[in-house]
Amino acid sequence: MNAEKYLNIFKESFDVDEATAKGLKYQDIPAWDSVGHMSLIAALEDTFDIMMDTDDIIDFNSFEKGKEILAKNYGIEF
Amino acid sequence: MTFEELLQVPPYSLGHEEKHALLTERLLELTEHHRDRCPEYRRMLKSVGYDAGSVSGYEDLPFLPVRLFKELSLRSVPQEDVVKTMTSSGTTGQAVSRIYLDRTTSANQQKAMVKIVSDFLGASRLPMIVLDCPSVVKDRNMFSARGAGILGFSIFGARKIYALDDDMHLDREALTAFLEKFQGQDILLFGFTFMVWQHFYKELVRLKEQGVTFDLSRGILIHGGGWKKLASEAVSPQEFHDRLRDVCGIDRVHDYYGMVEQTGCIYMQCECGHLHASVFSDVIMRRPLDFGVCGVGEPGIIQVVSAIPESYPGHSLLTEDEGVLLGEDDCPCGRKGKYFKINGRLKNAEIRGCSDTYAAKFA
Ligand SMILES: [Zn+2]
Repeated sequence: MNAEKYLNIFKESFDVDEATAKGLKYQDIPAWDSVGHMSLIAALEDTFDIMMDTDDIIDFNSFEKGKEILAKNYGIEF
Repeated sequence: MTFEELLQVPPYSLGHEEKHALLTERLLELTEHHRDRCPEYRRMLKSVGYDAGSVSGYEDLPFLPVRLFKELSLRSVPQEDVVKTMTSSGTTGQAVSRIYLDRTTSANQQKAMVKIVSDFLGASRLPMIVLDCPSVVKDRNMFSARGAGILGFSIFGARKIYALDDDMHLDREALTAFLEKFQGQDILLFGFTFMVWQHFYKELVRLKEQGVTFDLSRGILIHGGGWKKLASEAVSPQEFHDRLRDVCGIDRVHDYYGMVEQTGCIYMQCECGHLHASVFSDVIMRRPLDFGVCGVGEPGIIQVVSAIPESYPGHSLLTEDEGVLLGEDDCPCGRKGKYFKINGRLKNAEIRGCSDTYAAKFA
C-alpha cells in the first residue's frame, strides 16, 4: 500500500513510468531538479502526513534512498 | 580541506584566528582548483602576478569584480556537468551574470544555507508563506535571484503557500485559510524586501482601512534583495520593521545580504540588527583608492569570499556595494565572526572609477 503510494508520487511528480521511477536519482532527469525536489517532498509530506527534517530533505537523493529515510526516520512501512 | 569538513563546524562558533586559518586554507585550495580548470581565471591570475607563496591570509588573494560574470562565461567544469545556471536580476537591457553550477556546488550551497538559517530558525521546519507569486520559479533552467532565493528558503518551510497570484495581487482567501489552519504556531514568511513592501505591506494597509486585518504576530519574516528600490520611498530598515509590526503584528524580522554569485553564503541579520558572516564566508571592506583593508567603522567597498564555489571561479569577488565593518567576535547576540552593515550600492560612476583603478592594477 505505502510502496504503491510512494511509487505513484514519483510517477506523477516527474511524469515517468514505473521502471524509470524505481531507478531514479536526483538530477537524473530535468524534472527532478531543485524545484521538482521540493514539490516531491511536499507531495510525500501530504500523502504520508509527516514533516521531514531539513537534513533528510537534503539526503533524499534517489528513489531508494528516499524509501530508506521514510522507513527509518518516519516509521513508514513498505 | 573539503567543504564537507567545514560543514561540520557550527556556523558562528569560530573566533578570528581559527576561522582565518580554516578559510585561508580552503580559499587557497580553491584558487589552485580554478587556476587548473578555468583558462580565463588562469590568465587573470597571471596578469596580476599571483604567487601563492606570498599569501599569508585570504585578504591577499586576488578578487574578481562581480561584473566580470556578466561579460564572460566563467566555468571550471565541462558544460555537460552544469545542472543549473543562475542569473542575476538585471533590469531590462542590462547584461546579467551567469553562474554555472554542478551537482557538488549546488548541493553545498543548500547545505551551507541550511546550517546558517537553522541557527536563527531552529531545527524544525515551519509552515511557510512565500510573499511572491508562483511564476517566479517557473523557468527551471534559468533561475533569477528571486527564484533562487525562494527555492533556497523553501527547505525551511512546510505546507508552503504563495501569498500573491501571478498578477501580484494578495490572495486573501488562501492567506486567511492558512492562518486559521496554523493558528498558534510559528510561521515563516519569506520574500524580497521590495516585494514585501510593495505588494504585501501596502495591501495590508489598504485592507486595514476597510477593516480587514491579519494577525501575523507568530510570524518570522526573512527578507533580502536590498533597499535600493525602496530608497525612492524613503523607507529605512527601522521603518520597514515598525510599520510591518503596526499593520500585522509581526516583530521577528531578519534582513539578509547575499548575491547570486555566492548563493548559499548569506549574511543573516541578528536580533541586534547586525549582518553576520558565517564560517563559510567572509566580508572584507576595501578602500576605493588603493584597495587597502578598512578598519572597524570605516566605509569601504565590500569584497566577499566564499568556501563554496567549485564549478565557477567565484570564491573571491569585489561587489558593487558599500559597507561598514561594525566589529568581530563580540556582537551582543553571541555569534562569532565579523558583523557589519550595508550602506548601499555604489553609484555607477564610482563603480566605473573602481573598475578603472582595478584594471590599472591588473595592467
Ligand atoms: Zn549579532
